[in-house]
Amino acid sequence: MRVRRRAVAWSTALAAALAVVVVVSAGIGPVRIPPAEVLKIVLNAAVVPAGVEFGTAGVGPLALPGVEFAYRSPFAFPVDDVHRRIVLLVRLPRILLAALVGFSLAAAGTVMQGFFRNPMADPSIIGVSSGAAVGAVSFIVFPVALSTTLTLPLLGAVDVGVSYGAGVSLFAFVGALVAAFGVYAIATRHGRTPVATLLLAGVAVQTFLGAVISYLQLRAGESLRRIVAWLMGHLSGAAWSEVAVAALVVPPLFAVLLAYARDLNVLLLGEEEARGLGIAVERTKRILLATSALITAAGVAFAGIIGFVGLIVPHMLRLVVGPDHRILLPTAALSGGAFLVAADTAARSGTAELPVGVVTAAVGAPFFVYLLMNREVYEL
Amino acid sequence: MSGDVGPADDATAGVAAADDTGDGDAADRPSAGGPLVAVRDLTVSFGDIEAVSGVDLTVERGTLVGLVGPNGAGKTTALRAITGALEADEGDVRLDGDPTSELSAREVARRVASVPQETGLSFDFPVRHVVEMGRTPYLGRFDGHDAEDAAAVDEAMAAAGVERFADRSITEVSGGERQRVLLARALAQETPTLLLDEPTASLDVNHAVATMELVRDIADDGRAAIAAIHDLDMAARYCDRIVVIAGGRVRADGPPADVLDAAAVRDAFDAEAFVGRNPATGTPAVTAFPRSEVDSRRVHVVGTGPDAARVVARLAAAGHETSLGVVPEGDAAAVAAADASARVVTVPPFAGVDDESLAAASELAADADVAVVVGGDGGYSDGTDPYRMDSCDRIAGAVERVVEVPSDVAGEDLLAAVADATA
Repeated sequence: MRVRRRAVAWSTALAAALAVVVVVSAGIGPVRIPPAEVLKIVLNAAVVPAGVEFGTAGVGPLALPGVEFAYRSPFAFPVDDVHRRIVLLVRLPRILLAALVGFSLAAAGTVMQGFFRNPMADPSIIGVSSGAAVGAVSFIVFPVALSTTLTLPLLGAVDVGVSYGAGVSLFAFVGALVAAFGVYAIATRHGRTPVATLLLAGVAVQTFLGAVISYLQLRAGESLRRIVAWLMGHLSGAAWSEVAVAALVVPPLFAVLLAYARDLNVLLLGEEEARGLGIAVERTKRILLATSALITAAGVAFAGIIGFVGLIVPHMLRLVVGPDHRILLPTAALSGGAFLVAADTAARSGTAELPVGVVTAAVGAPFFVYLLMNREVYEL
Repeated sequence: MSGDVGPADDATAGVAAADDTGDGDAADRPSAGGPLVAVRDLTVSFGDIEAVSGVDLTVERGTLVGLVGPNGAGKTTALRAITGALEADEGDVRLDGDPTSELSAREVARRVASVPQETGLSFDFPVRHVVEMGRTPYLGRFDGHDAEDAAAVDEAMAAAGVERFADRSITEVSGGERQRVLLARALAQETPTLLLDEPTASLDVNHAVATMELVRDIADDGRAAIAAIHDLDMAARYCDRIVVIAGGRVRADGPPADVLDAAAVRDAFDAEAFVGRNPATGTPAVTAFPRSEVDSRRVHVVGTGPDAARVVARLAAAGHETSLGVVPEGDAAAVAAADASARVVTVPPFAGVDDESLAAASELAADADVAVVVGGDGGYSDGTDPYRMDSCDRIAGAVERVVEVPSDVAGEDLLAAVADATA
């Protein structure tokens, strides 16, 4: 019970911090907008369903044929219309996508570090990032595939159209899952997946996929610049449709991870001891792996490879709240969201926009060195 | 220590109550009677190597079984197979009547708790949290710890004596403290059976005894425990039964006094041993010696007191067929000779050596390949009794070969002297 109270208190505080970061970030850019105005713009945009009408063509985010939801906006603060457009159409989708991606990567990183009993593990360790990169890069290099593959029903729930960006995301997502499944299949013998084998299989697959990426880059020609941008991580040009997909995919996956937080604690004892305490080890590992792979894939599909978030944020939070995943998992995820929003704000507020991956790596690598110097690293 | 242990009824009531609230696994309810653990014809191999072959082991309620044997004998493998952590190649393991292979990890964890030698935990959880993990088999996915869980955890921590450092990190406590934390965690599981792998290996004497007393109490409460133990004296002192395992097979199984003899130790551990009595507890006390590889001889020992006792023990351990005399009844050497099943001629205390006993001793000596006289005069002389000096000479005179050893003779020198004399 004490644990639950602590988890709720920490999560509430960090959710509030994330909200503050989002609001402040939305005001930062070539056009400065005070946080108070940002808040008014956001509140103005908030709608509540006020009724249902039948017969007319549907409009709005929950449009269904023949059914129309009536919306009412409870707030009507006077705001600058240009500012409103900047915040709602340009900055907010990007910021919210950053928050969701950071949230996913930090959550997956926390789980992977617990799963591998190694604070230096991160979500890419099971090949997810390399797989996503191969998927995205091959789509960028051979965009011909567009017409044949975008009939996949995955993004059908949301009307994203057959855009180039959606194609990259879709290929990245599928590539991530294929790579993760490949690593899992290589490491599994007779229904058992030893963690050490999984780690090595991940390294092998990452190395191989790295070669594939290098080869594709050589063949890329004109699109090389786009590939480099994707590989370094990017959030520019984020659309509301991407935010919507991420917002639909991430929370349920996170809920699954959270439900396994206590099992993850017990798994830290080692598999045999965990089994002795009643954990169905292999099944739990499969669920954790699959869920982490999905949640990571959802993140990298939209934002490219953003390093260090999944590595550093869980580690920092472990130093603050301790190793108990019931507290660590929600706090690390929320902090990951806030961290990536802040990093992306820094990336776009300079004179020339940087890929966000450059900022996270530039902040992350020194922190990594700091951890090494302070002997916070456990032996592999 | 036993005062710290919760009453038997509480512990068993805890298990029963947890079963009632369990998710419908009615089969989980312990059946009355029947062994708690029944291992039949168990074979476990790692690759081509059979770590355990054809092991049978039955553990009834209320018993503490000690698993002894040399390193690599298969003790830990047998324990791991009982929990289902290792799959049996042949044979089966039944927990309270049900085969382990048919039970879920959760059901197994409600029937058997293990105390491993070490834990892989390297994240700094507080000790209390580690003990709380023992409640895992009773918690649903979204349950928090309730009052019953908290009580079980408190009781387990008190019993294992880890409350003092409950809030310290598991990575900061000493090896012995860590081992007690693992014991507390297993106690919090409130299982009818407890498996312990070297529970006293890294404990100081006080905590080693406290741990064994605690396990003894658990067995006396009608639960059961199996402990792999290297300390044979500890095993003899606390266990109802000793199972000797060597080379993956059960070599002996029975009460400590029946099982722990020199031959069993020689057979299982490939070491020479003298099995005496612990004067404080009256249980077998095993003293092992390095293997000497000497040819077995008939040796008659002349001497009294602790020095002669040492000589008798070492000769017997080396496999010599030993006899002793004349010594007063109750003399240290006489006790050692009795423990080594050596023939001995005694006289009542303070009675002096009479002709009859002298003749009997001379006869034993005459039958021997060599006589060993301890301390030059066999310790007979107090410098005032020429008759006693004479008796030493008369017994030794019955043998062709006589070896005189000083009273503080080292074991190797003694064996070498006997070997030289009979070469």
